[in-house]
Amino acid sequence: MTVSEEVARPERGQVFHLVIRPTGGWRSLDLREVWRYRGLLGAMTRRDITLRYRQTALGVVWVVLQPLLAAGILSFVFGSIAGFESDGVPYVVFAYTGVIGFNAFSGTLTFMSTCLVTNAALVSKVYFPRLILPLSQIGSKLVDFGVALVLYLVLNLAYGVGFHLSMLTLPVWMALAYGMALGLGLLTSAANVSYRDVGYVVPVVLPLLLYLAPVAYGVQEVPTDLRAAYNLNPLVGMINGFRWCLLGRGNLELGSTVYAIVFTVLIIVGGTLYFRAHERRFADVI
Amino acid sequence: MSSEARIQVRGLSKRYEVVGERAGLLSEAIVRRLRHPLRDRKESFWALQDVNLEVGLGEVLGIIGKNGAGKSTLLKVMSRITEPTRGEVELRGRLGSLLEVGTGFHPELTGRENVFLNGAILGMRKPEIQRQFDEIVDFAGIDRFLDTPVKRYSSGMYVRLAFAVAAHLSSEILVVDEVLAVGDIEFQKKCLGKMHSVASRAGRTVVFVSHNMNAVRDLCTRGVVLDAGRVVHDGDTVDALHCYVDLHQHRSTAPGVFILDERTNSDDQDGRLYLAKLVVEGSEGPTATLRTGRPAAITIHCEGLSDPDAVFARFHVRNELDEIVLASDTRMAGPDAEVSGQVVTFELEQLPLLPGRYFIDLGLGAKKTRAVLDQVSSAGTFEVSRDDQYGADYQQYPQDGSIYLAPRWRQGAGASAPPVTPRGG
Repeated sequence: MTVSEEVARPERGQVFHLVIRPTGGWRSLDLREVWRYRGLLGAMTRRDITLRYRQTALGVVWVVLQPLLAAGILSFVFGSIAGFESDGVPYVVFAYTGVIGFNAFSGTLTFMSTCLVTNAALVSKVYFPRLILPLSQIGSKLVDFGVALVLYLVLNLAYGVGFHLSMLTLPVWMALAYGMALGLGLLTSAANVSYRDVGYVVPVVLPLLLYLAPVAYGVQEVPTDLRAAYNLNPLVGMINGFRWCLLGRGNLELGSTVYAIVFTVLIIVGGTLYFRAHERRFADVI
Repeated sequence: MSSEARIQVRGLSKRYEVVGERAGLLSEAIVRRLRHPLRDRKESFWALQDVNLEVGLGEVLGIIGKNGAGKSTLLKVMSRITEPTRGEVELRGRLGSLLEVGTGFHPELTGRENVFLNGAILGMRKPEIQRQFDEIVDFAGIDRFLDTPVKRYSSGMYVRLAFAVAAHLSSEILVVDEVLAVGDIEFQKKCLGKMHSVASRAGRTVVFVSHNMNAVRDLCTRGVVLDAGRVVHDGDTVDALHCYVDLHQHRSTAPGVFILDERTNSDDQDGRLYLAKLVVEGSEGPTATLRTGRPAAITIHCEGLSDPDAVFARFHVRNELDEIVLASDTRMAGPDAEVSGQVVTFELEQLPLLPGRYFIDLGLGAKKTRAVLDQVSSAGTFEVSRDDQYGADYQQYPQDGSIYLAPRWRQGAGASAPPVTPRGG
């Protein structure tokens, strides 16, 4: 039988050897272990994508409608009522480019922050590197992003915005959006295991952040004396970058961009360390 | 032996925090910290204490013990789900663990999708699952419903599919928690058979936790008994089962007589009534062995200064599978036949239990408030001896259950037969 063959022939002739000991303090990242479990990462990602897009009526339509509705409402409030500037493109397109970046960040973070608790059964019954759970949230969000991006291309053509070289920088802004979400996601998901209110706070705070970042309006609308405080929000550089990249006009602010990059790196490192340090207690506490 | 050891557990201890460490609210934690900046509210208990074990190549180790003895914790540490507090576990070989049937099954996904997802969760690689896919589906017997979401499966189908995936894990070490408690009898047998064939195959080591003593006796080559986080027996399976039974038992001065509490009245300041002694009697006085269909009696002795009239007593009889098969309560006798006093006896003219080992739990409560005054689980035990209770040279099956029924069979349909009254009126 197949099973016996497998047993009789351990991987590459060497017997798997492992010693389980208590660990203390900060733990190394151990990305090799994550790599060994890449099959699980793939399976979890496929699961999320399948589940999201299976009920097509709700799945895909909602993925398309949500950013479009958001952009429509924001352009009504900020473009039509408040009469803000929109870099010479229709306000809907202007707002949409902000919404795309914001959604990539907030959608990923929302799901990441609760991923350990919603998968509590897995955490308490099966071993795997726990990093797999937050990481597996990224895949389905990338598919959502792809759908939203296709819609942008449609809008771009429909309104004659045009294509620019700046679009080639898209991976940078995506890396910032998903990187920030990952760092904060690691932090909040680990904290949510011990403190369940963290999971409730995240979805409440995130929509508020939308107004503290240049999603619905351009950075130029922010009064100059408040600009320094405003720029403390790392989302500013990221969202502004998305808009510059997709529209090919407006200013790319060096300061806020560098700040966003530094913040992203720091939050990923900090989030990972926090996550790894608390990982050993997940199964006991959850 | 040592060079052959697949699992070596050395001085393993695991401490759990009881208070202050469980999931709570961040806001609460902050408030608590502000109120008591110095006090650390932590209370802990040791789920495992200095456990040493060595499991060799091809061994099937059965772990038994009462609830909370540390069995599951031991498996969780071996499976790397939770970290030990002290000590270490050394594994030589890939370890696959099955602590729950169908972990990660998603109701919206189809049977096929769940096989791949669950396989990945259990640590199988995709080609490995693909290669065994047909065998898994065949084992579960659900081929017609492969592309149906599992939420539409019957619970039996669900369990069969889930177990089928797990049964095809190809790791050198397999760790199995009480998972056979689910599913129908036929499938349980099939699973036991599969585990047996997996175990007897060269090279595979199995660690198996169960309440099902028959399964442990039939499957395992060695038995370990855990009690309060410590290994109290390690060796022969039959001895392990005896040790387990002894753990359940209180001090027995004579067959059928179990001393539960030896304090004297003066020790007890508040004088509350407590359970002191249990006596199991057959037709010829106290005994450890009863017979099906013969008289039996359970006598509960209480002591203490408070008013025995305000108190009720009850007992449960459990079988080896930990299922309650009989129970009674002094309040069932009704207000007319008020039962009270420090000694109460429950009498059976004909013991309705089939051969096997049984355990008695006792409880004492206040009539008015229904508050528990005292309770002792597994206060005593008795064996119903193998006997030709049917007078028909019939061989007992495990599926016969625990209850004896008079074999009133007749030919033909309808209820025209004279009414059956087992006690003769």
